[in-house]
Amino acid sequence: EFTKVAADPSIVNLGQGLPDISPPSYVKEELTKAAAVDRLNQYTRGFGHPSLVKALSQVYERVCGRKIDPLTDILVTVGAYGSLFSTIQALIEEGDEVIIIEPFYDCYEPMVKMAGAKPVFIPLRYKNNGNSASSADWVLDPAELANKFNSKTKAIILNTPHNPIGKVFTREELQVIADLCIKHDTLCISDEVYEWLVYKGNKHIKIATLPGMWERTITIGSAGKTYSVTGWKLGWSIGPQNLIKHLQVVHQNTLYTCPTPLQEALAQAFWIDYKRMDDPDCYFYSLSRELESKRDRMAQLLQEAGLKPVIPDGGYFMIVDVSTLNVDLSDVDEKQPYDYKFVKWMIRSKKLSAIPLSAFCGPETKRQFEKYIRFCFIKKDSTLDAAEAILKNWNKHTA
Amino acid sequence: QTLFLSLSLQAKMSRPVQARRLEGTDKNIWVEFVKLAATYSTVNLGQGFPDFPPPDFLKEVFVRALSGENHMLHQYTRAFGHPPLVKILAQFFGKLLERDLDPMTNVMVTVGAYQALFCCFQAFVDEDDEVIIIEPFFDCYEPMVKMAGGTPVFVPLRLKAPKDGKLMSSADWQLDPAELASKFSERTKAIVLNSPNNPLGKVFSRGELELIADLCVKHDVLCISDEVYEWLVYDGKEHIRIASLRGMWDRTVIIGSAGKTFSATGWKVGWTVGPNRLLQHLRTVHQNSVYHCATVAQEAVAQGFQREFELYGKPDSYFVQLPKELQQKRDWLVQRLDAVGMKPIIPEGTYFLVADISEFKSDVPDVPDSDEPYDSRFAKWMVKNKGLAAIPLSAFYCGAHKNNYNHFIRFCFAKEEATLEAANDILQKWKREKTSA
Repeated sequence: EFTKVAADPSIVNLGQGLPDISPPSYVKEELTKAAAVDRLNQYTRGFGHPSLVKALSQVYERVCGRKIDPLTDILVTVGAYGSLFSTIQALIEEGDEVIIIEPFYDCYEPMVKMAGAKPVFIPLRYKNNGNSASSADWVLDPAELANKFNSKTKAIILNTPHNPIGKVFTREELQVIADLCIKHDTLCISDEVYEWLVYKGNKHIKIATLPGMWERTITIGSAGKTYSVTGWKLGWSIGPQNLIKHLQVVHQNTLYTCPTPLQEALAQAFWIDYKRMDDPDCYFYSLSRELESKRDRMAQLLQEAGLKPVIPDGGYFMIVDVSTLNVDLSDVDEKQPYDYKFVKWMIRSKKLSAIPLSAFCGPETKRQFEKYIRFCFIKKDSTLDAAEAILKNWNKHTA
Repeated sequence: QTLFLSLSLQAKMSRPVQARRLEGTDKNIWVEFVKLAATYSTVNLGQGFPDFPPPDFLKEVFVRALSGENHMLHQYTRAFGHPPLVKILAQFFGKLLERDLDPMTNVMVTVGAYQALFCCFQAFVDEDDEVIIIEPFFDCYEPMVKMAGGTPVFVPLRLKAPKDGKLMSSADWQLDPAELASKFSERTKAIVLNSPNNPLGKVFSRGELELIADLCVKHDVLCISDEVYEWLVYDGKEHIRIASLRGMWDRTVIIGSAGKTFSATGWKVGWTVGPNRLLQHLRTVHQNSVYHCATVAQEAVAQGFQREFELYGKPDSYFVQLPKELQQKRDWLVQRLDAVGMKPIIPEGTYFLVADISEFKSDVPDVPDSDEPYDSRFAKWMVKNKGLAAIPLSAFYCGAHKNNYNHFIRFCFAKEEATLEAANDILQKWKREKTSA
């Protein structure tokens, strides 16, 4: 819905999670090289192009500190989206319950429902009452979380770094989740697409590396987010063979293989960065540094306009409390949540787009989050300049 | 730590971890045979992909797109299909179907025709629905129907003996009209049609399509029409689109493939064309499963189609040149197989050719009470001992019917001359060894 509206070029689009910065040049070059090789224009191995799964296993062996078999422990999918779908279709069915932490990336709910299962929501709750808001202030209540687990709970979906809030779950927070998973023999579907985008003072921890968790966790990653190539639609699931084999069955019965030249190019890009994982110039770290300054700039602009942003510890989204602006939209359609109405008004009158946060919530919590909207800041300088101009002029027109 | 697990936890731990929808869908012929070919074959006529490159104009388009200023080709495009691609597909197929097609609602792009098929089964098939599948069939139809909770109902193409002295043709494989009609019940939700047919190469005639169409209309059944080989028809035959028959547009989803159309199977770009009332449900499945398809390949395919739209019917058209080239390869392989004693079924279309290997049976003795169909054992023996990879015809039959036609193997002839010559060398040598033994 919002993608269509924001396709208008006169609107500064900070809505959809779409980088308008260029991917690194070596990534683009590798695709050109791959496309020129004849056999790379034909089918490759269904569960993942050999050179790509090999590269992924090397990178993640280093990160996880454990052996990962490229052929049995990895599945390459059409984006992380495809990994989520394969995981849920493979392991979730009617009668199951799946715990989803709110706010959540919006596809989790329909995917769980499509598998015939029941989504069980638990919200992140804002705990601090101070003025400077950070994504770290949004936490799960351990007792409330424990109550959501029962004998029907098949899985919990974890997203860290978190979209939309930007929260990076700490080791302690992950341990609380892990303990419950182990106690109730529950699976963990860990969406870690923003794994490299963590800012100073924060560390991305893989829940699969906690004791007792590898055997029950599927960890999902994304080329789109790692290399700023969302249009390549390549993702992967990593986990123990006895779980991944079921995802592979779904994959062989849904789309069979992913495009070859894109996988080859991605493999080559990974080798380049794997070799410099000890070097600060590695794209995994340099992108994060680039985004941190964009994050800080975005936060400052929003604060100067009188808004209250929640500073994210990770990811490339920032949520903002817009209630401080007191924009009266009571004459507009009553049934829509405030944030939907606000975003539509903002697109129309300010030519700036964002995403309403209630889009990321289950029915019971929409009211809780309807004063927030989400901005995406993985944007080139000129886009942020245009946003700055709008925000600086904001108060002049709102009377 | 509690010493004893609660009963409910015990129950959970003893249940299988995977979902029930995977039951009966885990075996896959390609995983096995692709591995065998990779390990043993020197000449691979097994899996269906060309070993020659995509046409130069397409490769150039791809490179131009990547080297251009527009780096947004590396980002998401429209989920239901990159605008330039759906526009040209609507134009192209609109012309062929003599219909005004709306690119936004009558066309949807998918990750290969494979994902188009998946969307169709997920969108239309429910538990207790029956789906008619014509045997032999592209093997994914069966597990896809099962995964959607439906029941596959099989109806075979039956081989009518060819006239004396003539080679078999794919046209000799026909549906029995009464038998087909008997498969339609009030539970029948859809029929899957694949024309030109993989593996036989059969190109359904107008009469045969009308037979199917009449039953679809009579029983209000949907038609999932897999037409990925639509351009590969030989001997001046015509590929007729069932959606153009009376009463069919509104109940048919047409599936196409850039991989087969442009000899670029590794790009995984496919599409569906049909009425909005059906495509809206495909969009729902698509947005909840993969959402977007890769952008740059769609851009290249769009430009490829633009070129073909302008050259349609002209000698320079790839859609004219490719079937011409492949027909020559077909004829060459038919001759060589016949000369060596493997009896080919001349395909009217596709780039597959099925041959009867009965005269070579002595090399691979029958194993009574074997679970594995004879042709499968033969194909495995052949790749391991002769280095020639082909696919057993039983791979394209349901479990219960795997032994109905178990002495045929399928060759893919979309291969360079050198590959086909090498295959012939193996066969000639093999024949010499047999006659001298």
